[in-house]
Amino acid sequence: MCLGIPGRIIAITDATRLMAMAEVSGVRREVNVACIADGPLEGLIGEWALIHVGFAMSRIDADEAEKTLEALRDLGEAQEALEAMAEGQRALEANP
Amino acid sequence: MKYATEFRDPKAAKAVLAAIARTADAIGATREKPVHIMEICGGHTHAIFRYGLDKLVHEGVEFIHGPGCPVCVLPMSRVDECVEIAERPGVILTTFGDAMRVPGTKRSLLQAKAAGADIRMVYSPLDALELARRNPDREVVFFGLGFETTTPSTALSIQQAAREGLTNFSVFCNHITVPEPIKALLDDPDMLLDGFIGPGHVSMVIGTHPYDFIARDYGKPIAVAGFEPLDLLQSVLMVLRQIAEGRAEVENQYARVVPEHGNPVSLAAIEDVYERRPSFEWRGLGEIDASGLRIREKYRAFDAEEKFGIGYGAGPRQVAEPEGCACGAAMTGRIKPTACPQFGRGCTPEMPLGALMVSSEGACAAYWQYGGARAAAE
Repeated sequence: MCLGIPGRIIAITDATRLMAMAEVSGVRREVNVACIADGPLEGLIGEWALIHVGFAMSRIDADEAEKTLEALRDLGEAQEALEAMAEGQRALEANP
Repeated sequence: MKYATEFRDPKAAKAVLAAIARTADAIGATREKPVHIMEICGGHTHAIFRYGLDKLVHEGVEFIHGPGCPVCVLPMSRVDECVEIAERPGVILTTFGDAMRVPGTKRSLLQAKAAGADIRMVYSPLDALELARRNPDREVVFFGLGFETTTPSTALSIQQAAREGLTNFSVFCNHITVPEPIKALLDDPDMLLDGFIGPGHVSMVIGTHPYDFIARDYGKPIAVAGFEPLDLLQSVLMVLRQIAEGRAEVENQYARVVPEHGNPVSLAAIEDVYERRPSFEWRGLGEIDASGLRIREKYRAFDAEEKFGIGYGAGPRQVAEPEGCACGAAMTGRIKPTACPQFGRGCTPEMPLGALMVSSEGACAAYWQYGGARAAAE
């Protein structure tokens, strides 16, 4: 029910009713942009937003996404280091 | 899709799973004595099963499936009332598809439609609004259903209808809120929860502060999470690390979509259109104080309960679940769906007896679709 899907605003279709065309996974659908319209509507064009039941509910923040991905990358690097250490330990303990 | 592949990377998932395993070992979590983490949102339940995350994580981590599936917690009496509205002459009842097969005490909306009621599935309340514009001689009612994610969309639609002066549009309001049932669960002495995965899309509307009480008053960690597999795994790790370090905080894993203070336009629309009911009935959980919304007096012309004289206060209420249905126990995590005697026998997604089998976000339907059917057959 709370399903949301990222979509990109590509045009303003009805400024009075705050309606815009969004492209969601290649499909176009008119959506209401009241929740993300905090300035001139044209400024929304090209923006990514989370679309839910015909409403653009929240802008997707690229900087925050990058921070989350960075934390995941750090975990990946830590994991590689831990595996290398374990490998080294096994090498030290191995009997020829 | 934007930020889908990045959050589905198997290599990154392996690293997070390893970190989860290390942290679970450090806090002494085992299969016999697991850490219980409740994912509140039904969308998360679905994603956990879809990606098999419950099988991938360390055996000391057990997911408890929360009440965050609106059609699952919808009481039968409300389905009955909705059917009653749909069967009134001249009514076009519009609804999200999820609600069509929810059993009432007499029939579901799908059965009412088959019997001749004009019931139409829509994607958005805006579609219902458009139907009202195109059919001025009909009464168009929207079955308003869902948590804070969906509430702004019906509030904004009602405001739009008021601006246009539409007189043949109304909403049968069943909107409910997340924090109140969580408090009810935490107050239940039978409930043994160690932490929570917070609902991502509810939180993009209400922000993260409405969960402060979970950390402050109950000492439980919570991480608000996105819906991709890495989002969920990372949030499990965040909860485990809080436990390991003796912290209880509200953390936000889904900051790319969830602002700390929520969405001001959505919150203002909710405040303008809705007020809290004294209490609302949840299937499996009973009446919960201040957990449901109703339409304010100034928008009463758009309130289907007022328009059709149906609903709370209009007659005696009957609280009932079908015989043999264990949805209540499954919803509070007391039993696993597969332990219900009706699971896969009297109750399947095609012929649901209880609500948890109806929606793909219900725990029983998720078990059935992703491996539970196998388990039942074994």
